[in-house]
Amino acid sequence: MSVLVGRDTKVLCQGMTGTQGTFHTRQALDYGTQVVAGVTPGRGGSSHLGLPVYDTVDQACQAHEVDASVIYVPAAYAADAILESVYAGVPLVVCITEGVPILDMVKVRAVLEHSDSLLVGPNCPGVITPGECKIGIMPGDIHRPGPVGIVSRSGTLTYVAVDQTVQHGLGQSTCIGIGGDPIHGLDFIDCLALFEQDEATQGIILVGEIGGTAEEQAAEFIQGQVSKPVVAYVAGVTAPAGKRMGHAGAIISGGQGTAEQKYRAFEKAGVTTSRNPAELGALMRALLEH
Amino acid sequence: MDIHEYQAKELLSEFGVEISPGGLAYSPEQAVYRAKEIGGHQWVVKAQIHSGARGKAGGIKVCSSDEEIWNAAEELLGKRLVTHQTGPGGKVVYRLYIEQVADIEREIYLALVLDRNKQRVTVVTSTEGGMDIEEVAATKPESIHRLEVEPAVGLRDFQARELAFALNIHPEMISQAVHCIEGAYQAFRELDATLVEINPLVVTKDNHILALDAKMSFDDNALFRRPKISELRDKSQEDSRETAASDRGLSYVGLDGDIGCMINGAGLAMATMDMIKHKGGEPANFLDIGGGASPDRVTKAFRLVLDDENVKAMLVNIFAGINRCDWIAEGVIQAFGKLDVRTPVVVRLSGTNVEKGMQMLKDSGYPVITADTLSEAAEKVVAERNRVAEAS
Repeated sequence: MSVLVGRDTKVLCQGMTGTQGTFHTRQALDYGTQVVAGVTPGRGGSSHLGLPVYDTVDQACQAHEVDASVIYVPAAYAADAILESVYAGVPLVVCITEGVPILDMVKVRAVLEHSDSLLVGPNCPGVITPGECKIGIMPGDIHRPGPVGIVSRSGTLTYVAVDQTVQHGLGQSTCIGIGGDPIHGLDFIDCLALFEQDEATQGIILVGEIGGTAEEQAAEFIQGQVSKPVVAYVAGVTAPAGKRMGHAGAIISGGQGTAEQKYRAFEKAGVTTSRNPAELGALMRALLEH
Repeated sequence: MDIHEYQAKELLSEFGVEISPGGLAYSPEQAVYRAKEIGGHQWVVKAQIHSGARGKAGGIKVCSSDEEIWNAAEELLGKRLVTHQTGPGGKVVYRLYIEQVADIEREIYLALVLDRNKQRVTVVTSTEGGMDIEEVAATKPESIHRLEVEPAVGLRDFQARELAFALNIHPEMISQAVHCIEGAYQAFRELDATLVEINPLVVTKDNHILALDAKMSFDDNALFRRPKISELRDKSQEDSRETAASDRGLSYVGLDGDIGCMINGAGLAMATMDMIKHKGGEPANFLDIGGGASPDRVTKAFRLVLDDENVKAMLVNIFAGINRCDWIAEGVIQAFGKLDVRTPVVVRLSGTNVEKGMQMLKDSGYPVITADTLSEAAEKVVAERNRVAEAS
């Protein structure tokens, strides 16, 4: 197995007829992902990339079995799109869109607390189980099936971690980009718990960055509840306080959220850390062979 | 996005938060005239820069006469104030806010923040006002109260009352305090703020509750629906390199070092900066050119990095997923063709079409230094930087 998505996952695409939606749906189809339909309000009844298009998520869910929905709609409408899928009962919602207003996400989170749907993102590359299912904007061809689960707040650093595992002959079970926004769906802890229970995952690479305290909480969780080896990397040791480093959530404020604090938390919890992303593969390999 | 104190006060007063009478001045003449308009016997002349701790930096002056106001204004305008929040470069004062001095009984603290763990808007109050809340948290944590707001129902009256009682507000003034707390919350919510901080909020001897200082920050992602907030932007308070970058749609943060960086992805950009530091160098900037960067965009980014005269060497680090290494190479070649590049440039490409990109750089004939790994690239750029620094 793997986590969240696999060979049988049936995917709906919100915003499929747009530029991003079209490009990435084509890539997903080429990869072998089971995209079953798209949603664009006002385009219902038409077809795009050989797939049926619906006006609403609810209509699509009545006509098809839907396990996951991926969102490529503009930031101003993204929170609405997430809620539309949640209300339709889609089990997994992956929001790729960058730039969603924070207070929109505060409302989304409040609704999610009373729902069974899981949200990945926003502002993330998505989720991929190599060789089986690709949901999002990551380049499919760099991935290889294998034993390492990857969870990351950054897109390109996820690709670096993927590349590292491939270079050391490992490959990935599932890669989850949880996104760079301060308020988002699945967190490190949720993903660590999924990987811990997953038979296909033997080791975990965690890629964090400055801002917030999610890494500190992850460190505590790993110490108490993760038996599999974990390698952690945190970006932003040189980032100055009070400056937002590209991602909306990547900011050191009030003395909180520094990379050093996060490294200390991991080290205190006995987690293997690396200051160099180019060592992730070798460290993981060594832990797995141990 | 940050705004000035006077702008925050104007916004908050629209939501029912009471403030002292005050006005804006760009010159000593205006400062004196404003004080006359406002009336009273004593005024504060406050430097308007995007930073707290202005008092300690000499940016706030209490005056009792026209002459004192004139002198204070003359001294402050054009002055560069350095606080622990501005960094060593400081910020220049172009605007002053003149305000009637309030007769203060006691100082308290009120803020609205986003709690990332709780994923809620949170009200923070303390009976200890007028100093950094981090300091209060360290020395008198028992004085701090926090209340999370349930998004579906908003801040309720009873919650604002609880906070007001916890602040030891006199029962006769409770409704005034509730009005102030709820007004600040509404401003936060309706203007897409990420921070409202009133420090101090003061109780005056004549029983008023006034915002004596105010700070507001806004969610850049929500500015599309807040055009009035966008109008409050003051570019004079921003790093000029950052302003130039945001005008070109690039994500850039100016830093104090001398190794320029151009990277795709925010995470990889930070990782690259860290690696430069690890190898003994200091990054001059954070720059994320984003996914799907065209050769034109690469050229623009190149120009931006090299426009910074501190830059002694430059590192381009690309992991192409959505990007393509041949496009990046074409952009680098274009930049060399268009700009007079005298700075050594180290390029490290990996991912989609990497062989093609590297071959293009080699064939171009430009003196591009290439590297295969991030760590090798960082080593090379630090060596180049040291060579340039020694030669000059």
